[in-house]
Amino acid sequence: MDAVVRERTLRAALVGNPNCGKTALFNQLTGSRQKVANYAGVTVERKEGRLTTASGLAVRLLDLPGAYSLNATSPDEAVTRDVCAGRYRGEAAPDLLICVLDATNLRLHLRFALDVRQLGRPMIVVINMIDAARQQGLEIDIARLQADLGVPVVTAIAVRRGGASEVLAALDHPLPPPPPVLPPDADFHAVVRKLLQDAVSRPATASEAFEERLDRWVLHPVWGMAILIALMFLMFQAVFSWAQPLMDGVQALVDQFGELVRGVLPDGVLQGLLVDGVIAGAGTVVVFLPQILILFLWILTLEESGYLPRAAFLLDRLMASAGLSGRSFIPLLSSFACAVPGIMATRTIQNPRDRLVTILIAPLMTCSARLPIYTLLIAAFIPRKTVWGIFNLQGVVLFALYIAGIVSAMAVARILKRGERASEHPLLLELPAYRAPGLRDLALGLWQRASTFLSRVGTIIVTLSVLLWALSSFPAAPAGATGPAIDYSLAGHIGRWMLPIFAPIGFNWQICVALIPGLAAREVAVSALATVYAVGASEADAAAQLTPLLSSQWSIGTALSLLAWYVFAPQCFSTLAVIRRETGTWKVVIIAAAYLFGLAYAASFITWRIALAFGGGPS
Amino acid sequence: MRLNDLSRGASAIIDHIEDREPGDPVALRLRELGFVPGEPVRVVAVAPFGGDPLAVKIGFTRFALRRAEAARVLLRDAA
Repeated sequence: MDAVVRERTLRAALVGNPNCGKTALFNQLTGSRQKVANYAGVTVERKEGRLTTASGLAVRLLDLPGAYSLNATSPDEAVTRDVCAGRYRGEAAPDLLICVLDATNLRLHLRFALDVRQLGRPMIVVINMIDAARQQGLEIDIARLQADLGVPVVTAIAVRRGGASEVLAALDHPLPPPPPVLPPDADFHAVVRKLLQDAVSRPATASEAFEERLDRWVLHPVWGMAILIALMFLMFQAVFSWAQPLMDGVQALVDQFGELVRGVLPDGVLQGLLVDGVIAGAGTVVVFLPQILILFLWILTLEESGYLPRAAFLLDRLMASAGLSGRSFIPLLSSFACAVPGIMATRTIQNPRDRLVTILIAPLMTCSARLPIYTLLIAAFIPRKTVWGIFNLQGVVLFALYIAGIVSAMAVARILKRGERASEHPLLLELPAYRAPGLRDLALGLWQRASTFLSRVGTIIVTLSVLLWALSSFPAAPAGATGPAIDYSLAGHIGRWMLPIFAPIGFNWQICVALIPGLAAREVAVSALATVYAVGASEADAAAQLTPLLSSQWSIGTALSLLAWYVFAPQCFSTLAVIRRETGTWKVVIIAAAYLFGLAYAASFITWRIALAFGGGPS
Repeated sequence: MRLNDLSRGASAIIDHIEDREPGDPVALRLRELGFVPGEPVRVVAVAPFGGDPLAVKIGFTRFALRRAEAARVLLRDAA
């Protein structure tokens, strides 16, 4: 029997409570040999890795989502329950369950181990973070625990190199026999109490006092909020001032590469396709990377260190006023930099409906790509004058645009969550022990998110930018044409064809044409306007030349209406692509696009009408 | 007395968990997380903006609970 088992691959699955260090152990065991995907039919992340033991046994290891109980209350827990029981469709039953427990939190984690043991499948128990337990003066009698539980028990220090050697050795042993199970009506807590009494000696500890002192500050209504605001401020500083030079650098590289290709290839369709379609499209994706990586480094660090649940605790009430929970805060905050990492960060929200609502309102947070358009229009149309003594009117308008996004996001969330009151979903959020994040875990987490972004989102964006390039280039301008080439293209025709739809909100045909290439990324609309008005080449150049031109040609009503449009309009393929990737369905993408367009149109219409009433129309 | 009546820093012993409806999933989850009769519990923090949620410590673990959840936890009268 043993020989038969050894001849094939062993399927093992890691299970455990959230915060038991399961993923660190997974990283330690499998290194970079990991594959991240989704479980069939749900948006729960499926992580599988491979490893080979000392005796040459090949192991496929599944890192199941953390769960407090096999009585599942979230999609994550349902996946864990069904995979453990061998009931998940398309997922082979694991040969061995590896139940990971935090040595410093055995009371809670042993109960889950008993839950898993009830399945009656071969399992081993790993007491993780044994070093932290020893530091606290906690002594665990492993032999006694093993005898009482009736399953093999080993220890591990997942964050230390070589800290998983006992687990590796245990995998080389023959599969343990099915464990004993308790009668279904047994009092698990009483069993846990007995286990702890037998196998664990626990003196009063000093490190717990340290945690408590730290929490007294971090969870304090005033100081805790001050710490949170300081951390968020630093995060924004990092995203805007540290990422910007990197982004400019990447943009310059992409531009140079484009020019290089332009120089090598003869003028013509192939050159245009490669330079303006593929390279420019890939460029818009790659340029986001520094910002996304820095944001994710922050979010991962906050998550791994145990701070994120505490931020959720502080802000729960605030978010509850919009029908959400504290967990939605960080994804929404990140969306002020860019909705793409914001939407990817919604994975930390367990409640599926909260997560969906957060994804739907994330695009309403004013992202950094809207700033070039706002800056251009405000500079051209809003006088630089002082209001109420101290404020600059231009600054007030910019602030109002940010507030308009936030307020409408809150309103949309409330509407989407209406009628949900009947089924209460609890917060019940664990505030785990503080931990220094492991570098390996941070690096792997960053790498996985970056590669997801590049492969899944990138392909959609490059495809669409090639399509947009084709629309704006064909048919070519006839010989002797005087206007800009885009005017004669399909995009130009579509722009003019769109005019009857957009004239009621004050847009002229030039704006309609610029909206089309602006779909790739919002800031592209500035250079698209420059193309339509045939001025300047580079973005900075274009803005400088456009400012006087626009203020002389457009009415203030048109400008305000376009500003209102940009608060809402879903003009960003990257966002729509990431919504598709994160929700796994086009339905949500269509809902998001439709409601954002609807809001944009309504807001612009109202703005335009009000402007007309006050004499802000064309003179 | 219920857990949501406890002030910051105060501790008490859990008497039982009340089901709001038959098979109340929130009450079940509370029990699974270790909110069981005889267990000591302490309020370690209350959130800003109206004191909801609470952070409580039970066993070696801290949890954030909204007041509606904490109201299911009945406490023994102080001896």
